[in-house]
Amino acid sequence: MTAGVTWSEAAVRERARAFLAANDLSAMDRLDFLRARFDAGLAWVHFPEGLGGLGAPRDLQAAVEHELRGTPDNRPGRIGIGLGMAAPTILGFGTEEQKRRFLRPLWTGEEVWCQLFSEPGAGSDLATLATRAVRDGGEWVVDGQKVWTSVAHTARWAILVARTDPDVPKHRGLTYFVCDMTAPGVEVRPLRQITGEAEFNEVFLTGVRLPDSLRLGAVGDGWRVAQTTLMNERVAIGGASDRRTMIGTVCETWRTRPELRTHDLHQRLLRLWVEAEVLRLTGARLREQLAVGRPGPEGSGMKLSFARLHQELSGLEVELLAEDGLAYDDWTFRRPETVDFVGREAGYRYLRAKGNSIEGGTSEILRNVIAERVLGLPAEPRADKDIPWKDLPR
Amino acid sequence: MTTLLYTDVEEELRAAVRALLADACPHRAVLARIESATPYDGDLWKALARDIGAAGLLVPEELGGAGASAREAAVVLEELGRAVAPVPFLTSAVVATRALLAARTAGPGEAAGELLERLASGEVTAALAVSLAASPYRPVRGEVAYEAAGAAGEAVVSGRVTGVAGAESADVLLVPASAPGGEESALIAVETRERGVEVTPVTSLDLTRPVAMVSLGSVRGRIVARSEGPDGVRSIVRDALAFGAGLLASEQLGLAELCLTSTLEYVKERRQFARPVGSFQAIKHRLADLWLEIGGARAAARNAAGALAGRGPGTDRAVAVAVAQAHCGEVAVHAAEECVQLHGGIGMTWEHPAHLYLKRAKADQIAFGTPGEHRNALADLVDVPAPV
Repeated sequence: MTAGVTWSEAAVRERARAFLAANDLSAMDRLDFLRARFDAGLAWVHFPEGLGGLGAPRDLQAAVEHELRGTPDNRPGRIGIGLGMAAPTILGFGTEEQKRRFLRPLWTGEEVWCQLFSEPGAGSDLATLATRAVRDGGEWVVDGQKVWTSVAHTARWAILVARTDPDVPKHRGLTYFVCDMTAPGVEVRPLRQITGEAEFNEVFLTGVRLPDSLRLGAVGDGWRVAQTTLMNERVAIGGASDRRTMIGTVCETWRTRPELRTHDLHQRLLRLWVEAEVLRLTGARLREQLAVGRPGPEGSGMKLSFARLHQELSGLEVELLAEDGLAYDDWTFRRPETVDFVGREAGYRYLRAKGNSIEGGTSEILRNVIAERVLGLPAEPRADKDIPWKDLPR
Repeated sequence: MTTLLYTDVEEELRAAVRALLADACPHRAVLARIESATPYDGDLWKALARDIGAAGLLVPEELGGAGASAREAAVVLEELGRAVAPVPFLTSAVVATRALLAARTAGPGEAAGELLERLASGEVTAALAVSLAASPYRPVRGEVAYEAAGAAGEAVVSGRVTGVAGAESADVLLVPASAPGGEESALIAVETRERGVEVTPVTSLDLTRPVAMVSLGSVRGRIVARSEGPDGVRSIVRDALAFGAGLLASEQLGLAELCLTSTLEYVKERRQFARPVGSFQAIKHRLADLWLEIGGARAAARNAAGALAGRGPGTDRAVAVAVAQAHCGEVAVHAAEECVQLHGGIGMTWEHPAHLYLKRAKADQIAFGTPGEHRNALADLVDVPAPV
C-alpha cells in the first residue's frame, strides 16, 4: 500500500499474518525476527513506511500485537525511554538520515537510549540548564553535569539538551543533540535511591565532542524540540502500566488474607477502587478520542492522577500488611536494567511510587501546565523571561 | 461498541436544550422562583416537553414518545444540571417513567401503558412516591398499605411517604404499597387531585428540587403492577432508583462543569495585589485538581449512561452506576464548594447563583444513595469484602 491509503484493522491483521507466514520463526534468532518485523512496518504502525510503520492509525497497533502474540518482543521495559521519548522526537525533528540510522536499532532494543535533560541546578526549571555546547568547526564540544539519568549505564545513545547561546533569554539559547554515550569524556556514576538500588545516574560530560550531524533540529530551537520529548514522557508515564493491576495486587492481598482487614482500610480501599476504575475509564475515553482524531486535553492530567493513585494504593498496601509491612525485600545496591513501577514487594512499590510525582515533570508543575494551557489561567509574574540567561540571578 | 464519547445526535440534542435553557431559565429567573409558591417551573417544563420532547424521551415510539435511551436522557440532564433548572425531568421523565416501563413489561401493563402515553404527551407529570434519599440498596422506607376495591385493578391506599421530590408538580404519584399481611405488593397510580391526597412541602435544602411529605388517606388509585410478596414491586422500585442514580451522575457532571467554568471566569477577572487572583498558584492548583476530577466524572457518567442504555450483564450495570455515583456525587459537591470559596464574599450572597449549585449538589449527594452507600455496594459487586 502507498501513502494516503487508509488502513483498516482487517488489512493490518492480514499484513501481520502474511509476515508470520513469510518468516520461519524457528529458523531465526530473536534479533533477526525483530529486524524483519520492523522492516515489514509492524513495529509501530503509526510511524511512516520505511521507518517501522505503515502510516496507519495508532490504535491499529493492538491488532498487530494480537496477531504476533507469543513471538519474541523487544523487551520494552529496557528501552522505554527510547520508545516513549527519543523515537517520537527523532521522528518529529530528525533528518531522513538520522531517522534511518537511529529508529531501527532503537526499536529492536539493540541500542538503549537515555535522557540527558535535568541538572543539579535545573529541575522543574529545566530551561535554566547550564550544560554548554560550543561549536568547534564541524563539531560541538559539550561540558556539564546531568542527573536523574535512568539507564545511562546501559545506554548507547542519549537525547541531550545543552546551552549554545548564553546571551539570550533562557528558552531561546538551547539546542537539542543526540549524545554518543561511548564518546570520550562521558562518565556515568550510579546514584543510589530510596529503594536501595540505582536505577538512575549522574552523568558528567567533559569536553565531549559531538559531530554536527548529531544535532536534532535547528540551533537555538532546543526548547521546542524538548517539549515534544516531555509531552511524550508524560503520556508514557501516565499510561505506563495497567492501573487495574496495581489495584488488583492490593485486592488480591485483601481477599486472600482476611485477618488483615480493618473497617478503616476497607473504606479507604473501596475509595481507591473507585478512583482506579474512574481513571481506567478516563484513559479509555481518551483513547477513543485519539482514535477518532480528536485528542482531548485530559491526556496532560493522566500522569498526575496516576501518580496520586499509585502513591495512595502502595501506601495502603504496606499498612494493610501490618507486621509484614515492617519488612523490606532487599536493600542491595543494584543497577537494574529496567524501570519498574509495580515489581517486587509492597515496600518497594511504596518507595518507588514516590518518584511518580517527581519524574517527568512534578505534579506541581503539571498543575501549572493544566491551569495555564488548558484552563487559560494567567501565568505567575516572572522575573526570568526577558533577561539573557547569563545575567539571571543565581 | 459502547462509546464514552458523545454522538452527533447527542450533541444536537444538547445544543437544543442549552439554547432553550439560555432563553427560558436564566439564573435570575431561578433565583426569583425559589421562594415562591410554585418552586417547579411549569412553563419551562412545557417548553422542554413541546420543543425537545423531553417528557417522553424514554417512552417508546408506539406510545407517543421519542424511544430514546439513557444516553440521550443523560445529555439532557447534563444541561439541566448546568442550569439548576427547576423542572421535574429526573423525577417524572426518568425515574417514574422507568418504573412504568418496568411495570408494563411485568404485565399485564395496560394501566402502565396508558400512563406512559399521557406522560409522553406532556399532559401529565408523575413522581415515584419514595424518598429522594432511598437508594437501590434500600429502596423503600415509608410504609403504605392498600386494599383492592371497586372495579378490577383499582385499590384504596393509605399511608405516608416523606422526602418525595417532584411531588408538588406531579399529577400522578406512583406509590409502592403492600396489602395487609404483606402477601402481595403493588405499584399504584394515584392522581394527586383525588380526595385524601395531601402533598405538604418541606422547607428544603435544595430550593430548585424541593421535597414534600405525601399523605394518603384512603385514596382511590389504579394498580399498575402487582406481585406476590414484597419482592416484585420492590425490584421495580430498585431498578428505577438505580436508573435514576446512574443518570443523576450526568446532572452532577453538568453542574460541576458550570461551577468550574464560572469560577474560572471570575478568577481571571477579579484582581487583588495588582494581579488576577487566578494567577496565584494556590488557586490554579485547586482548579487544576477540580478539572481532573471533572474529567473522571465525565468518563464515569458516560459509562453509566451507556451501561443503562445497553443490555449488558446486570452486574456490570450495577458497578457502572455505583462507580458513577461514588465519584460524581463527591465531584459535584467539591465543585460547588470551590465555586463558593473562590468567589469570596460574593459567593456567600443570596443574589449570586453559587448557592443554588451548592444546595443542589449537596442534595444530589444524598439522592438515590450517598457515595458511601454506593461504595459499600461495590464491596459485594467487585468482591472487596468487609472485615469478618
